[in-house]
Amino acid sequence: MDAQLKRGLLDICVLAAIKSEDSYGYKIIKDMKPYIELSESTLYTILKRLESANMLTVRTAEHDGRLRKYYHITKTGLRRIEDFKKEWSEIFSIYRFVTKGDDTHE
Amino acid sequence: MNKQEFLDRLRDGLSVLPQKDAEEHLAFYSEMIDDRIEEGLLEDDAVGEIGSVDSIVSQIVADVPTAKNTARQKKKMKSWEIILLVLGSPIWLSLVIAAFSVLLSIYVVLWSAIISLWAVFGALIGCTVACIAAGIVFIPQGNTLSGIATIGAGTVCAGISIFMYFGCKAATKGILLLTKKLALWIKNCLVKKEEQ
Repeated sequence: MDAQLKRGLLDICVLAAIKSEDSYGYKIIKDMKPYIELSESTLYTILKRLESANMLTVRTAEHDGRLRKYYHITKTGLRRIEDFKKEWSEIFSIYRFVTKGDDTHE
Repeated sequence: MNKQEFLDRLRDGLSVLPQKDAEEHLAFYSEMIDDRIEEGLLEDDAVGEIGSVDSIVSQIVADVPTAKNTARQKKKMKSWEIILLVLGSPIWLSLVIAAFSVLLSIYVVLWSAIISLWAVFGALIGCTVACIAAGIVFIPQGNTLSGIATIGAGTVCAGISIFMYFGCKAATKGILLLTKKLALWIKNCLVKKEEQ
C-alpha cells in the first residue's frame, strides 16, 4: 500500500481502536492486527502525532504493580473519524469511477 | 535476550536523543514487553516479538527527531554562512558600497537635472523682470526703439518661462515617480534576498 495512504489510515485505525473505550499500546496493536499490521515504533509515532493534534489524551494508571499508559479519544479525534467516514464515501465513488467498465474490457 | 538487556541496548542506541525522549521510548517498550509477558509469553519470547533493537533504534531516529535534525543542520548552515560572510566581507562589502554609490549618483544626477531646469526657469523669470524694467527705464530717456526691443525680449522670456514652468513641473513629477519606483525596486530586491 502507498506509504502516505497507509499513514493516514493508521491514524484513523488507532483512533478507532480507542473510540469505544480507553486502551493501551499492546491492546491497540492486538485489536488492529486482523486488519492492519502495526509495529511498536510506528504506533509510538502515531500516538505522539495524535496527542500533539489534540485527538487523544494520555493518562498513566497503575496496573498490576506497574505503570501503564492509557489513551483516551477526544472530541477532535471523534470528529476526525466522522470526517474520515465522509471522505471514504467520496473515495468509494472515485473508486467506482476508476474501475468503471473494467469487467467489459476483461 | 531478556527485558533488561533489551532496554539497556535500546538506551545505548537512543543516547543521541534528549534524555526525556529516550526515557519515554524506554517506558513505552518496557510496557509493551510487560503486557506480552502478562498474556503468558516467556520474557525472551516477548522481547523477541518486539523486534531487533537496531531496527527499532534506526526507525526511531529516522522518524521522531526529523525536525530536530533539520533544525540542527540549518543551524550549522547558518554558522557556515556567518563564517563565509566574515571571510568574504572585503569583497562583498566593497561591492555593496560601490552599488550604493552608483545608486546615490543616479539619484543625484536625476535631481541635479531637475534643479538645473528650475534654475533656467528662475533665470527666465529674472530676465523677464529685468528686461521689462529696463524697457520702462529706456523709453522715457528717448531710447524708444531699444526700450520696445527690451520689453519685447522680456515678453519672449516670460512666454518661454510659462512653457518652462509646465515642463519643469512635469519633469519633477516624473523624476519623483522614477525615484519612488527605484526605491521600491531596491526594497523588493532586499526583501526577496532575506526570504531566501
